[in-house]
Amino acid sequence: MSFVFWILAAITVAGGLAAVTLKNTVHCALALTAAFAGLALMFLELDAQFAGFAQILVYIGAVAILLVFAILLTRGAEEKTEKSVFSRTWFTGLVIAAAVFAVLAWAVLHSGAALPDHAGLPGPAPQVTVAQIGNALMGRYVLPLEIVALLLTAAMIGAVLVAMHEKGEPK
Amino acid sequence: MANTLDQIFVLLKHWIMGLFPSALQPIVGVLLSVVAIVAVFPGLFALTTVLERKGLGRMQNRIGPNRVGPFGIFQPIADGIKSLTKEDIIPVSADAVVHFIAPLVLVVAVFMGFAVLPMGRNMQLVDMDAGLLFFFAIGASTEVSIFMAGWSSRNKYSLLGAMRAVAQMISYEVPLLMSSVAIVMITGSLSLVKIVEAQNQYTWGLPHWYIFTPWGFAGFVMFCIAATAETNRSPFDLPEGESELVAGYFTEYSGFKFALFFLGEYLGMFSISGLGSTLFLGGWSAPLQVLQFVPSWIWFFSKVMLSIVVLIWIRGTLPRLRQDQLMNLAWKFVLPMTLLNLFVAALWRFMGEGWLRWIVCSAILIAVYVIAGRIGMRRGDFGPRTYRYAE
Repeated sequence: MSFVFWILAAITVAGGLAAVTLKNTVHCALALTAAFAGLALMFLELDAQFAGFAQILVYIGAVAILLVFAILLTRGAEEKTEKSVFSRTWFTGLVIAAAVFAVLAWAVLHSGAALPDHAGLPGPAPQVTVAQIGNALMGRYVLPLEIVALLLTAAMIGAVLVAMHEKGEPK
Repeated sequence: MANTLDQIFVLLKHWIMGLFPSALQPIVGVLLSVVAIVAVFPGLFALTTVLERKGLGRMQNRIGPNRVGPFGIFQPIADGIKSLTKEDIIPVSADAVVHFIAPLVLVVAVFMGFAVLPMGRNMQLVDMDAGLLFFFAIGASTEVSIFMAGWSSRNKYSLLGAMRAVAQMISYEVPLLMSSVAIVMITGSLSLVKIVEAQNQYTWGLPHWYIFTPWGFAGFVMFCIAATAETNRSPFDLPEGESELVAGYFTEYSGFKFALFFLGEYLGMFSISGLGSTLFLGGWSAPLQVLQFVPSWIWFFSKVMLSIVVLIWIRGTLPRLRQDQLMNLAWKFVLPMTLLNLFVAALWRFMGEGWLRWIVCSAILIAVYVIAGRIGMRRGDFGPRTYRYAE
């Protein structure tokens, strides 16, 4: 675990904590953007260039903008009265969070077994280039790619339908 | 001799690196490149401000700044001193932290984009395999800073300008990326260095620049439209419409922070002109085979400055587009044309060498452009004005 990893981990965790504890919703969205940036830098530190740049492009460039637009266009940005950031059902939340963490930790620690050339110990990281990702997407995984495209188109059409006025409705 | 002049900056950098112990050499090398970029591009920015003000002035039949030096060339120095010494006003109800960070994020993001541009033979800061993707990712991060600037000012006009700017930038990002994907498809690599090297070949003395192919020319036109919109330049500068929104999202910024926004916007212009030159105009390669003795960095910067001059020219000539006209143009015209361009580029690649592919590809592009333009220009019946409210 190198020095850079600890700095990036600190940024990501601090961003995540700030995103749930700050009072102003737009500040929370910006702190979440900082957490996304920390994650992207971690991908880059692991030499996953495509994943890192795609994280910046998609999450910071699109999802963060979507979040702030959603906050602004609804009433989330208004100043609320003094209200604690901790809810009354905090104990249930803690139990559920611990359960999710346990499942994820188990999955991560046993993920080595899913790799094709598993030898029980972490070996040298495979160099994945964009060309290999492209080949895999268009070769072996072309059916999931097409289904995801269909899903995204359906989501866009759904968004347009929800926002559109029906004919004859008084405006 | 020509080769030495071409590589003179690289040789200088290696010589300075050699003066340090070998453990420090990589860091010193990177630092030198960074210092060079941070020194050169703001210098070009100063030159461009004078060029723009004089150029716009002449196009609008007035003189432009002419007091500060002969033909006003020392005007940027006066502007710099003014912006450094002006009082920094922050509105009382503004969000101080976000208000402070916004220009910093913009300038940092824009400077990072210069890291992958090949400014000459062997003259890029880092040669990344996914260099083009890095550039676009960093460009997408500038939208966050514009939103931060507009929102933290607690000013209705700033917020309105910021929302318009972000909507415009997101809309035009898709055509920007899609018109570059055709280049990536034909070159086979996302690395900007390889894209330039693929264009550095000559047939009968003429270069293989992508702009000289039908799909490359169409892609270049669409890239220019999208790039002008991405940097909020006229005719897409409604977010900072000087006659409507005061200054849009940087209304409440004064003094040095305004200068930082200004710097960020112009550096964004340089950066995207550099990318356009790299992708379509051949980067640092010379226009004719006989002109290869001129150093490669001179060609790159000439192409960038030519793009800047064209941008200034367009600013002085065309009227501003309204927000809905802007968005319609992006989603209903430019985006379908970029998709068609991808198809035509693939057709070009698979038709093989010869004159037939030129004719077929040009015919498809011109026919669709004319038909789409005719459909778009048909005037619908204008009935009584209707209003649609967001609910």
